[in-house]
This record gives sequence, C-alpha cells and structure tokens, in this order.
Amino acid sequence: MVKGAESCVPLSEVATSNTHGEDSAYFAGWKAYDEDPYDAASNPAGVIQMGLAENQVSFDLLEKYLDQHPGASGWGCGISGFRENALFQDYHGLQTFRQEMATFMEQIREGRATFDPERIVLTAGATAANELLTFILADPGDCLLIPTPYYPGFDRDLRWRTGVRIIPVHCSSSNGFQVTLQALEDAYVKAEGMKIRVRGLLLTNPSNPLGTAITRHVLEEVLDFVTQKDIHLISDEIYSGSVFSSDEFVSVAEIVEARGYKDCDRVHIVYSLSKDLGLPGFRVGAIYSYNDRVVTAARRMSSFTLVSSQTQRMLASMLADREFTENYLKTNRERLKNRHDFITEGLKNAGIECLPGNAGLFCWMNLAPLLEEPTKEGELRLWSLIVHEAKLNISPGSSCHCSEAGWFRVCFANMSQQTLEVALRRIKDFMKNMKAKQEK
Amino acid sequence: MAKKGVPLSEMATSDTHGEDSPYFVGWKVYDEDPYDAASNPSGVIQMGLAENQVSFDLLEDYLEQHPQEFGWGCGVSSFRENALFQDYHGLKTFTRAVALFMEQIRGGRTQFDPQHIVLTAGATAANELLSFILADPGDGLLIPTPYYPGFDRDLRWRTGVNIIPVHCNSSNGFRITLRALEDACAGAESIKVRVKGLLLTNPSNPLGTAITRPVLEEILDFVAQKDIHLISDEIYSGSVFSSDEFVSMAEIVGARGHEERERVHIVYSLSKDLGLPGYRVGMIYSYNNEVVTTARRMSSFTLVSSQTQKMLASLLSDKEFTENYLRTNRERLKKRYEFVVEGLSNAGIRCLQGNAGLFCWMNLGELLEEPTVEGELSLWNLILHEAKLNISPGSSCHCLEAGWFRVCFANMSQQTLEVALMRMKDFTEKMKAKQMISSL
Repeated sequence: MVKGAESCVPLSEVATSNTHGEDSAYFAGWKAYDEDPYDAASNPAGVIQMGLAENQVSFDLLEKYLDQHPGASGWGCGISGFRENALFQDYHGLQTFRQEMATFMEQIREGRATFDPERIVLTAGATAANELLTFILADPGDCLLIPTPYYPGFDRDLRWRTGVRIIPVHCSSSNGFQVTLQALEDAYVKAEGMKIRVRGLLLTNPSNPLGTAITRHVLEEVLDFVTQKDIHLISDEIYSGSVFSSDEFVSVAEIVEARGYKDCDRVHIVYSLSKDLGLPGFRVGAIYSYNDRVVTAARRMSSFTLVSSQTQRMLASMLADREFTENYLKTNRERLKNRHDFITEGLKNAGIECLPGNAGLFCWMNLAPLLEEPTKEGELRLWSLIVHEAKLNISPGSSCHCSEAGWFRVCFANMSQQTLEVALRRIKDFMKNMKAKQEK
Repeated sequence: MAKKGVPLSEMATSDTHGEDSPYFVGWKVYDEDPYDAASNPSGVIQMGLAENQVSFDLLEDYLEQHPQEFGWGCGVSSFRENALFQDYHGLKTFTRAVALFMEQIRGGRTQFDPQHIVLTAGATAANELLSFILADPGDGLLIPTPYYPGFDRDLRWRTGVNIIPVHCNSSNGFRITLRALEDACAGAESIKVRVKGLLLTNPSNPLGTAITRPVLEEILDFVAQKDIHLISDEIYSGSVFSSDEFVSMAEIVGARGHEERERVHIVYSLSKDLGLPGYRVGMIYSYNNEVVTTARRMSSFTLVSSQTQKMLASLLSDKEFTENYLRTNRERLKKRYEFVVEGLSNAGIRCLQGNAGLFCWMNLGELLEEPTVEGELSLWNLILHEAKLNISPGSSCHCLEAGWFRVCFANMSQQTLEVALMRMKDFTEKMKAKQMISSL
C-alpha cells in the first residue's frame, strides 16, 4: 500500500477536509501509545493509556453472566431463532431489545423517569446518534451550542459530514465549570453576531471530561433557556450509569416529566451501552426523542447505521435479567467510585488538585501551576513532556476546547488497579522532577 | 396538534427518504395482510423483497456443528477483548476471511488485500459513504436504469448528490451502451451538474443479469476518459447461477494501470449471498489509498458489531463450508429462477433472460391499458389488490419503458412460490379475457 499518495482522481471537499480531527494532539497521544504500549510483563516502561474513556472495571460481572447463561449468546440448543434473527433488518429495532433498553434507562434513573420503547431509535453507537440528530435538527451552516470543555470527538461527529458548526459556551473553574445563563446568552449573542442560526444546545450529562453530574438547578435553567430561544436540547447521557451515587444524577427526562411534558418536543436524549456496560465494540447507541417527527426521521435515517440483530438479541436477553442489571449497576457504581477516590487521593499525594467529581470514567486535573506560560502552547508543551517523559497519555484541556490552560483529563477505568498504581507513581515522580526544575 | 413545533432541518422534512413511493406502499399493504399458508392463505405474498432464504439450512447446520463459535466458548476469556474492540480497521481475522470469501466467489480469478477493506453497517452505508467521499453536494452520479429504488435515498438524501440516469432499454436486453453513457453526461452538462462517478450494480438489480466483460471494459475506458470514479456494487456476486458467468470489475482492473485502478471502488455485503441482512455487514473495497483512509475514518458512524465480526470470521474461514455453501446456493437459486420463469411462461409472461440474483425482470407490457407510468401503476395496483402479490413496478426503478416488473423468488418457500405463480396465471388469464371482451 503506497503510503500518503494523493489520489489522482479528485475526491470531495468533505473527504479532503481535516474535520475528521485526526491531526490533533488528542490523536498524537494515541499514536505514541500505539507505538510503545505499556505491558506490565513485556513492556513495563511503555506508555500508559489514560486518554481512553473505557470502562473495564466490571467485565467480570458480564463474563459471569455469560458463563451462567450460555444460551444468551449462542442460539441455544434449538437454533430456530437464528433464521428469523438473521433476516431482521427492520429499522424499528427488535421490540424486545427496545423494551429492555427503555427499562434499563429507567433503572439507571431509579424509576424517576419513564421511557416509552416506541420513542427509542437504535443506532450503531452514540457517535452515530449524535450525528443523526445534528442532520435532523440543523441545516448546513447552522450551529449547535456546546458547553466547554467538551468531548473532542464532537468536532468530527457533529460537524464533518453535516456542515453544522459548533459555538462553544465557555465555562470556567471559578464555579467548577458549571454552565451559567450568562455563558449561554454570550454564546447565543456571539452566534447572532456571526449571522449563524442557533438550532440547539448539546449537553453531556454527566459531563465528559469534567466527570460531574449537572445539578437540577442548572438543568432547569438550561431547559428554560432553550424554550425561550425556541431551540432544541440534546442531552447526551451516555455516562448516566456511571454516577457514583445514583441519586446524584438528574436526567433531563425527570425535568421534562416534572413539567408535565409541556413543550418537550425540543428535548432529545442520547444513550449507549459503550460506557456503562463497557461494550463499545458492539455498537449500541440510542436516541430517545419526545418529538414524533424526530423519531420518524431518525428511524428512517438509522438505515445507515443499524445495530446488528445478533447483538440486539443477545443484549435483550441480558438486560431482561433484572437481578443481573440491578447488581451490575450497583457494583459498577461502587467500583468506579473506589477507582475515582483512589486516583484523586494519589494525585493529591503528588500535589495535584482535581475538580471534585461524582461521575464518569475520568477525572479533570489541574496542572496549571506547572505551566511555563498560561497558554495553549504552554499546555501542549507540558502535555508533550508528560507523554514522552512520564510516558502517560492523558488528554490536554485544549483538545476539549477548555478556555483555561493547564487542565487535563485522566481516565482511570480502562486499566487494572496495578497499572493505575504504576501510573500514579510516575505522576508523582514527574511532579517531583518538575518542581525541582522550577525551583532552579 | 395546533402548534407547529420546533423546526427541523430541510433534510429531515424533505421526502428524499423515499417512503412515499409505490415501492413502500406495496410493503405496507403486505404488512397489513401478510400471506401465511395456514392462518392467512388469501393474504398478500411478498415478492418485492430481495432476500435470500434458500440456503439457511446450510448456515443452521454449520451452527449446530460448531456451537462454540457462536457464544464465547467454554472460557469467556475472549469476550472482554471482543466487547472492547471498536477499531475502525475491523477485526483482522474477519477482514481476512471476507477477502478470501470474495476471492472464492470470483473463482480465484482476483486477489483482495484485506487492508483495502473498509467495513460498514451494510451496503446501504457503504454506498452512502462513497457518495460523501467522491462527490460534493450538487454533483452527479451516473446510474444505469433500471436501478435499485433504494439508491434514490442512499446516494442523495444526506449527501445532496444528484443521480443522473443512464437509460437502458429492452432493444438490447437493457445492456449499458457507450451511447447511453455519453448521452447521460451531455444531459448533466446541460443542467450544469458535474458528474463525479458512475455506479454499476453487477450483477444487476433489478435485471438479474451479470454484466459482460466487453461492457465492463468499455465502462472502465469511459470513466478513465471522463476522469471520474467507478463504483461497482457487487452484492449479488455470489448469486450468479454459473460462477464463470460473473466478471468482477476487480478482474478488469487487474490488467489496467494505476491511474485507472485508482478510480475503482467495489461494494460488497453479506446480506444477499449469505442471507444475513440483520447482521449489517457491508464493505467498501477500494484501490485508492486516500479513499480507503477516508472511508475508514467515516465508517466510525457505521461500524459492524465486533460480536458479529468475530462469529462470521469463524464461519467464513471454514473453506469447506464456504465452497459448499457457494456452490449449493448457486444451484438452488438457478433452480428457483428456472421454476419461476417456467411458471410465468405458462401464464404467457416473458422475462428478461437472467443469470443471477434473487429476482427476475418480467414484462407485462401487453397487459397495460396505456404504455405509460400511470398505466403501469394501475396494473401494479391491480396485481397488488386483486392477485394479492406485491411486486416492484419498473417505474420505481426508473425504467423508461412501461410494463416491466421485478419479481423476487428467493425470499419464500417453494410452496408459497407455487401459490404465487398460480395467482399470476389466474390474473393474466382474467386480464387477457377482459382485454378480449373490450376489443370486441
């Protein structure tokens, strides 16, 4: 394969643009890891991947379930269901699976919200769900407002093929990066000034990269704001099952129900099994919309990104087992909390402060005191040192569009406890070296 | 429903999803009154769905003999790794197995490099991806008529790309001619649409014919001369009744130089040949490195479930199984085809001579009241509501000659096919009687 040769036959603008985002720092760190990956036995000096928000802490529970229910993943002793399942390509999705997804989402919210399976549209991952909603709610050239810092993948997912823009809603550490009405208004006015039509606001709740659940008060304010501006609200709740204390998570669904479903046709929720259940490979995402026209359009559009019927069937089985799901959710939360506490303690011992978090697979740490200059360049230089000297791939805040330099996202759920300990030791050593340098 | 609601995008409100067409009306009528030999013997028989159900028993036998390949076996150790795998390069074992399978289909006459394979959730997604990559909004793709009705949505809806029909007619068995290609290009030029590529379906849907070598050579010369791309949708390649009658674009490309190869992209899927539409396994095979790289990145929106990849890697790596499957499947499709053509012949209906696919292309021109789209649709309606057969009218495939219909024969049992043929015979007899009376 001839590397890097440009095509002599022209490709489209979309194809040749760099909105795929792979030239960014975010991916450069991944590359450094791919070329020199840590392994306790074979490569103990390799790069530890702390830039991947995956959940590996509860796999044993899934494995145990599969061991005890071999019929769930195969076709059991009779293969009579195989044919029907292999033929099933209906974009409504398997009824049983949608039913179980709805119930699972209710379980996560401990019954504080109800979900109608008929409003669920399945997509191959939340990546597809977010892009689909962008195609449906906005025209090319329009924009979505997104609070910063946000998941770097949004730059590609929401903009690349859609031609839709992102206007950041700047949040700051002065109030723990909470979304404020002022910040929302400022972003809206900015868009207006650029003659860009605002079509919606996208929240991630709990937040990636902050690792915090949005408070009820802020959600109410946000819902009032979108109503007043007559725009849409997308609530990406893919980490909803990863809030350490289940009662600290408030879903926008709860707010909608508390308001008697008034004016809720602007509200759309995104979910996925990639984070809470740790199954990113299976490509299971979902859109839940209170808007009938959006459900219809999304369903039709999901033809381009359907979930494998084999996977739907297996997971329908698994999720139908209430005992399993209750136990899974409870145990997963506890383990994530333990990991979180462990890492924040370790960072504290190294003299590093984190934003107080209560959710997610990562924490948001502040290395601003280490910066030579409080700028994006300063941050990227520090990040480069961390990747190449401490051999840790973490995510720089600038790739998340954070307006304050020096913040980094550190993932803690995608590795073993032992590896996490090694990582924390390296951070501690690195901090010592940096402080020594600074003192000189 | 007094209030208009929050506005959606143009794309969401357009009707390019195509569901208001007769193609879908027929499906609806079937859904509301589906034939069942026991419980609803006078229901509508679905002959508008190009699915392959004739060889399921072979898959079921394989599953029964290899149960461990469909769960995670006795140790679930591979579950974790598989559930985490979301790399858009796809599972190596799977892309390798698919490459081999494609080579087998072509009798070893071509070679496929697994590194040039990009997996997508179905051929629907593969075709749309190529449309995004090869053309800009407003550009045109040439497509020979008659063509698969789904292309109107798949290639145009979200991409904004236009389809320029290349008109073929029955005078030469609907073969693609250089003249038709040139006319289409001239037509595009006159409406100021830039042509970016030509999309072939080989074997053809709805014609049920494999394109001949001389025509393929001519086409490749044509696209090279016009400096455009060539997409060869070969999803029915394993369904050619005699394997040596299928010439893949890959074979033609083998003898050509780099500049010609670079413009060729093949689409494949397991939905038709293997009868697994529910599993969403499609792919792009491109000789163009830039297209491969871009398509791979874009496939993030439409990845294949890692669970499905793993299972099928096993199945497709079993050479004994695949050889037997391909051979048996071809024989059975051939038999079905001959049975249908014979049955239609007995009813006084002629079909285009076909040698591939899951359907035949029949001519009911003689039964039309007027040789127009309206005449064809009235006849189609009669067949749907009186004969209770859902077949696909040629106009929905953009056929310029009225009176042609696509009839699927592989998505039902032999018994159901017999019932369908009997109904067709009765219907044509009645129609001919009516015609005779009215001509008196």
